[in-house]
Amino acid sequence: MKIPPVTLLLLKRAVTIMITVVLAVYITIYVANMGGYVDEIVKGEALLRVSQAVRANPAYRSLNETQIRNLIDRLYQNELERLGFDQPFIVRSINYLRDALTLDLGRSLFISSDSGSRSVRIIIAERLPNTVLLFTTVQLLLFFLGLFTGLLLSRKYGSKLDRLVALLTPMSSLPGWFYGLFLILIFASILRILPYGGMVDIPPPTDRLQYALSVARHMILPIMSWLTAYFFISAYTRRTFFLIFSSEDYVEVARARGIPESVVRRRYILRPTLPPIITDLSLTLIASWTGAIITETVFNWPGVGSLFYVASVFFDTPVLVGLVVIYAYLLATTVFVLEFVYAILDPRVRAGVLAR
Amino acid sequence: MMSLRPILRYRSLLIGAAILCVFIIVSIFTIITIPYEEAARLWRAGEQTWLENPRNAVPSWVNLFSPIKLPETIVLDTESNSLNVIKISAPAGENIKIIRVEMRFDYEYDTPPSEINLFFKSTYNSSPPQLTISWIRPDGVQFDLKKMTISRDDKFYISADTELNAALNRIIEDKLGAKPPYSISTTSVLFGVINESILTSESVETLKGGYRLLIEGLLFEPTADFDAKLVVYGKVYGWAGTDHLRRDIGIALLWGTPIALLFGVSAAVSIALIQMSIGAVSAWFRGAVDTFMQRITEIFLVLPFLPVLIMISTLYEINIWTILLVVILLSSFGPGVKNYRALFMQLRESPYVEAARAYGAGDFRILILHLIPRVLPTMIPSIVLSAAEFVFLEAALAILGIGDPIAPTWGKVIQDAFYNGALFKGQYYWVLIPSALLASTSISFALIGFTLDKIFNPKLKEI
Repeated sequence: MKIPPVTLLLLKRAVTIMITVVLAVYITIYVANMGGYVDEIVKGEALLRVSQAVRANPAYRSLNETQIRNLIDRLYQNELERLGFDQPFIVRSINYLRDALTLDLGRSLFISSDSGSRSVRIIIAERLPNTVLLFTTVQLLLFFLGLFTGLLLSRKYGSKLDRLVALLTPMSSLPGWFYGLFLILIFASILRILPYGGMVDIPPPTDRLQYALSVARHMILPIMSWLTAYFFISAYTRRTFFLIFSSEDYVEVARARGIPESVVRRRYILRPTLPPIITDLSLTLIASWTGAIITETVFNWPGVGSLFYVASVFFDTPVLVGLVVIYAYLLATTVFVLEFVYAILDPRVRAGVLAR
Repeated sequence: MMSLRPILRYRSLLIGAAILCVFIIVSIFTIITIPYEEAARLWRAGEQTWLENPRNAVPSWVNLFSPIKLPETIVLDTESNSLNVIKISAPAGENIKIIRVEMRFDYEYDTPPSEINLFFKSTYNSSPPQLTISWIRPDGVQFDLKKMTISRDDKFYISADTELNAALNRIIEDKLGAKPPYSISTTSVLFGVINESILTSESVETLKGGYRLLIEGLLFEPTADFDAKLVVYGKVYGWAGTDHLRRDIGIALLWGTPIALLFGVSAAVSIALIQMSIGAVSAWFRGAVDTFMQRITEIFLVLPFLPVLIMISTLYEINIWTILLVVILLSSFGPGVKNYRALFMQLRESPYVEAARAYGAGDFRILILHLIPRVLPTMIPSIVLSAAEFVFLEAALAILGIGDPIAPTWGKVIQDAFYNGALFKGQYYWVLIPSALLASTSISFALIGFTLDKIFNPKLKEI
């Protein structure tokens, strides 16, 4: 039986992508542990925590100093075992890797979820919707606004509007969070019409509609800041992209054959640009799920980005690894799905001509 | 010079270059005039170093644009020779001595000062001097501020003294026959016009004219002496104002300039060069080398850049140059490698490379003499553009509180401002000046980069 070349190609890609993910996750585990450097910190803190708990506990008042020391020592060993420190780092890192890859994310060292849970999965699940809500909205808005403005500009190339957008592209050299500072200054501090940050009013409204409205109000400034920062560059890049594609020879030929402009645009310009556009869209969507650490910090948005920040400040390895694993899996799946999509969209790939 | 002419046609390039030149001149000036150690020391010094600075003062130039003249800081010291400070010592008996200090100053501003403090130094053996301090206003009203015994190194925080504040409020109540509806601040009583206007905090009018502070000291030893320093803290300071710790923000902003430029440019240049070299080697040797390099690149694509950078910099409290190194290492296998690789893949098939191979040139000779020089000019625009990004990366790390712990940088100033609620409290100068510097650096890089892109990559120019 002959395996079709496209299946072989996809299989090969699947294997390389998987190996990449495994290595990336292991590197993260290694970095997050700094080769055991964090262990010492965590152990020290565990000892402190245990001895404070014992010394503050009135039930142990009657014990003498040696008994207390023994007790602390025993509880400390238990605590180390709970944290998994009874094995050498290399064993633990392999265990971590296996757990991480099977999405058995375990329990966090310090961070707990709003509902009080220590399960990494629950902690991340609690934050992820917030991030998706904000940044996926932002990215979708940016993507479609940029796409349609780019199309419009490429048609009206050289017009005043086109030149205005080109003139404003240097604005995109400043990041979104930076505009966020100014928008907070204008709309929250001077005009006092929008909140400084956070996700809902405090206390949160009980009515569902009111709650949604409150969240929407809190989303305005972060969304505006990203649109200000990235809209112009996104529109400008798309415009140039469409212009390059519409000056291809086959487009000229199609025009020369007298094919109506709308058909030329759809079949000869948009169709070949589809794969890169889909790639862009899917990759930005995946990237949007990791949130934006600084924007979330500036706007005090309780998303994955700020969770990542808190986790790295507290050296909470399980949470860090959990976040990277989820991101790596999402990215890997997307890349693999994209290979499929290319195979469907691009006849050259389908025929196995473009085997890398 | 002929070759420069087309470049001069681009106005945005000139504007960008001009802004950048100003920043470079400022950097050189800063490095020469304020040594780095001195700047770091000043920035990390406690309030003692900055005792004579007002807290959260706006920049001095605000006065040029505002109809209300905000006060400057006034310092009067008996140890300095000033016509406005008179110190007379007279014996009064065998061991007793009286020292009278009179300090005068003209106050011509539209609002009361932010704080008033008195600092003392005295020398004595066993009995400390006793001081009577009083305040005489231009309208002749005199307030007795305090009777106190001072130690060798002492101070009297006039505007923060609650007892004095209560006493002054009672005096106002007696004078006006009406109880003020709020607790009038000491500075308002000492500097305000005493009529109905003082009864609401918004309408306090400032009394302009000559003020005097009298200190009468009773000293019980012939050799005893004391010196006093009056600081009337203003509401403006320097060209950039002061922060919550009375520090001169100007120092951080000045030193932030060379740090930002150096960080941005060196990160951009070295990352581009490394990525280019990896791309070149990968494309030239193909086969196993290429596969290996490509897999590493893909691993780095999966690793989220900022989180890993944050992890590393929280683990080691590293300084800005180590952060730079980590940034370079993490970005070496960035997405740029793929672009450069594609570029070199095309180039290696070009006839002149074939020719070079035909006459027997070695791999590295072709790479270094023929391939890389072809690509270098096309790299310049993207290097300039990414410099802007790295300037902001430093600021972003500072805002997360994981930047360099010692160096004063723009990002640190923004972070201080942000976490001390500058935006809530309306202390906009604190955020706006460093932000404006960051933005103009970044925009100048962007203007230069976009224009160079048009010049070096003419394919885009025609479109």
